[in-house]
Amino acid sequence: MRYLPKSPADREAMLKAIGARSIDDLFAPIPAEYRLNRDLKVPRQMAESEIVDWFRERSRENGDGYATFLGAGAYYHYRPVIIDSLISRGEFLTAYTPYQAEISQGTLQSIFEFQTMICELTGMEVANASMYDGSTAAAEAVMMAARLTGRDSVVIARSVHPEYREVLATYAHHQGMPLSTVPFTDNARLDLNQLDKSITTDTACVLIQSPNFFGTIEDINAIAEIAHQRGAMLVVSIAEAVSLGIVEPPRQADIIAMEAQSFGVPLGFGGPYCGVIATREQYVRQMPGRLVGQTTDRNGKRGFVLTLATREQHIRRERATSNICTNQALIALMANIFMTIYGKVGLRELAKQNLAKAAYAAQQFGKYAKVLFSGAPRFNEFALQTSEDPYAINNQLLEHKIVGGFPLKKFYPELGNTALWCCTEMTTRASIDTAVRLVAESESSAQSAKSAVQDVQEVVR
Amino acid sequence: MKHATPKATQHINQNEGLIFEKSSAGKAAWKLPPLDVPEVDTKELLGLSERKDLGQMPEVSEIEIIRHFTRLSTWNYAIDLGMYPLGSCTMKYNPRVNEVVSRLDGLANGHPYQPEKISQGALRILQTLSECLIEITGMDAITLQPAAGAHGELTGLLMVRAYHESKGAPRKKILIPDSAHGTNPATAAMVGYAVENLKSNARGMVDVAALASQMNEDVAALMLTNPNTLGVFEQEIYKIAEIMHAKGGLLYMDGANMNALVGKVRPGDFGVDLMHLNLHKTFSTPHGGGGPGSGPVAIKKMLQPFLPTPVVITKPDGSLGFDYNRPQSVGRVRAFYGNFGMFVRALAYTLANGPDGLRQTTEDAVLNANYIRKGLEGVYDLPYSTPTMHEVVFSDKLQAKKGVKTMDIAKRLIDYGFHPYTTAFPLIVPGALMIEPTESEPKEELDLFIDAMKSIAQEVEEDPQMVLDAPHTTRVSRLDEVAAARKPVLRWKPAQ
Repeated sequence: MRYLPKSPADREAMLKAIGARSIDDLFAPIPAEYRLNRDLKVPRQMAESEIVDWFRERSRENGDGYATFLGAGAYYHYRPVIIDSLISRGEFLTAYTPYQAEISQGTLQSIFEFQTMICELTGMEVANASMYDGSTAAAEAVMMAARLTGRDSVVIARSVHPEYREVLATYAHHQGMPLSTVPFTDNARLDLNQLDKSITTDTACVLIQSPNFFGTIEDINAIAEIAHQRGAMLVVSIAEAVSLGIVEPPRQADIIAMEAQSFGVPLGFGGPYCGVIATREQYVRQMPGRLVGQTTDRNGKRGFVLTLATREQHIRRERATSNICTNQALIALMANIFMTIYGKVGLRELAKQNLAKAAYAAQQFGKYAKVLFSGAPRFNEFALQTSEDPYAINNQLLEHKIVGGFPLKKFYPELGNTALWCCTEMTTRASIDTAVRLVAESESSAQSAKSAVQDVQEVVR
Repeated sequence: MKHATPKATQHINQNEGLIFEKSSAGKAAWKLPPLDVPEVDTKELLGLSERKDLGQMPEVSEIEIIRHFTRLSTWNYAIDLGMYPLGSCTMKYNPRVNEVVSRLDGLANGHPYQPEKISQGALRILQTLSECLIEITGMDAITLQPAAGAHGELTGLLMVRAYHESKGAPRKKILIPDSAHGTNPATAAMVGYAVENLKSNARGMVDVAALASQMNEDVAALMLTNPNTLGVFEQEIYKIAEIMHAKGGLLYMDGANMNALVGKVRPGDFGVDLMHLNLHKTFSTPHGGGGPGSGPVAIKKMLQPFLPTPVVITKPDGSLGFDYNRPQSVGRVRAFYGNFGMFVRALAYTLANGPDGLRQTTEDAVLNANYIRKGLEGVYDLPYSTPTMHEVVFSDKLQAKKGVKTMDIAKRLIDYGFHPYTTAFPLIVPGALMIEPTESEPKEELDLFIDAMKSIAQEVEEDPQMVLDAPHTTRVSRLDEVAAARKPVLRWKPAQ
């Protein structure tokens, strides 16, 4: 086996040194009746070239070469090539969690820079070293709010990513944490009257997402005011990190739970991604996850260490702030490099292109179908209602190597034939125009079919 | 240094400040293509929601970024540089073909919501890996959704709870041996269970008599790591399973040490009801400086209704798809389907090994640990003489007489060109030195390690202060962790 660095003679010599007759001696502690006396039924050992071929085949079966209008919590942005050049360095790729600070300063300093940039972008005072993803970060942020307020229940906007809400429901179920959901209004923003009614003296926090699942930017000021007046915290989930380049961050939030996938992390069929929690300094001791802090060595030289570990499971066990152990260090490094590349000016310009593409697409589609939720600002997604079933439209688009918007029926049946369309800087005008033409054709044939039915009905009448 | 070390030589490496300290207005590492749609008036579109300023975000050029991160990387130790004997962490070689195949366009750019008909490649990967892991563990079904080992534990205990609820009551407690990872009790608490400690016996194994007396109808499950954190196989495992099952409890196995068993014995065959795997340990996906991990949970048939949604199914037409209609499911533990990129890597590793390679890998891991044990026995105190599987735990008892603790020895090991072993864990061994070489070490590297450890033991006798002051060769000396925690500085701020 090519990964194993021993010759038969090495193994012999080692067994001899140990005083074992054969390798079986070393497995003697396993009771004989349970030992496996056959080969595992897994595919035979493959050459590297065969492995590459096998996965190439899978890659071809997996939408390779399609233009996409999907967003909905996972965004297709350009990944500058130096991200992979740098994270492929073995010293980053094959290092462990930086417990031994003296030989982990590379990882530690890069996390410190990541924490700093997340603070700058979110307007928060502290950020952790990352969480599994945006969905679990949101659930952990809610539990953090419950610890901080000593209250139990949670109010969630229905416009939070449906799968994030499902994850929260799973986490909350056994914490004795009742959840109530607040609807959205005609402009997709949170219904403030309903919000006001939903908050009780037992509400630990209000969880919203902005831009929300429909791409609409929430009125953070108004929501924060209502929540804070009643002693509840405001937790804001951000699923599309690139929005931070041009959308004012929710500075009034108490906790921000982010998904940083948009910052240079491949779509990768859903993971690994990079969650982050950011908050105010006064709440840091209830924050889950790893934190890197600055300190000095014995000679007064600046250095970095993992810090405030007394919050964590390896010290506090069942009284820890969370069971989370590792974070998503390598993915956070991707995000870190991405943020460094685009920086202060580039991130804004990038976000502006997203805004422009989505605005153009919404305007073009709007000529032939109905763009829902006007009257509130959006980032790079919009909901499009059609007469035809969006699954059927998408089937037609697939013929043209285009993946259409995400049909919302599954999560929002009340919206009928509506799909969530996303445009990023990767979306070309040509693909927008093609998709618009196909939707227009589908709509006009649906319309004529409908009017034909009406004609027939009139004749019958 | 008093003793020259054959493994490492000091060489120059570059200083590097924080990236913010290099920033100046007008530098850029990005370039966008010309906009092919009309420009927009951001103020008109966003109104009060428009952001005006990005604060202290850096402005630097591409070469500076390359140098910055390359310099930082040279300050890290890594498996690629040498033996990384962190016990319990399984720092094995991370094959590069895994990295290549995970970056193939259709896999790296696959959107989680793309239609199933153009997701057959990804679904096939999910299914093939699932089948391999089910066979390797001897279980009946699996979920790949959990994002890490601890997340797998959470998922597993959620299923335990749902299972008991379906039988009438969730029960109250989880039994956890005193040698367990901290994630075990922390997870139990998250799922609303009380934790009851289970004492180890004099051989470092579960005290079966104590288990029998502590087991009752209030206990939902026992969370057992096997081999345990001493690297000891629980020889009475089947008796343990029987005690649990007789009172309706479940046996959960923490699969952190599955690399000691693959191809030799299957947990499903010795009474385990559910277990998580750490793909970043046993299945070679890179640790990446602390993540991403991946923590699939394999289960026996009776737990199948409770698996998180969705699960991969074969549809009537033979194509693959996701099944969301699972009324008894514990729900979702993560958005989408888990850390897919890690599945690609773990499967590539499995294919590269095949059945013979997987077995040889396990044998070499156990051989290496026993070779180190033999080499260091007598030099360091071995608190449990029970046979060693994939890792060996010594204590600092002999060196502590000179005032030198496990962490000091660990820091001195850095000067010899090695990453330290795991210190002060498991908790049942005071001053533990937990050493796991994995199968990836050649005999020469193991010999260098043994020599280094012997040399340090000698230094402790001759010049303990020198060991206490270690490391002597790193770019920073021991860092003040107390100050870091007392007055946390968690981000850079510009000088006022």
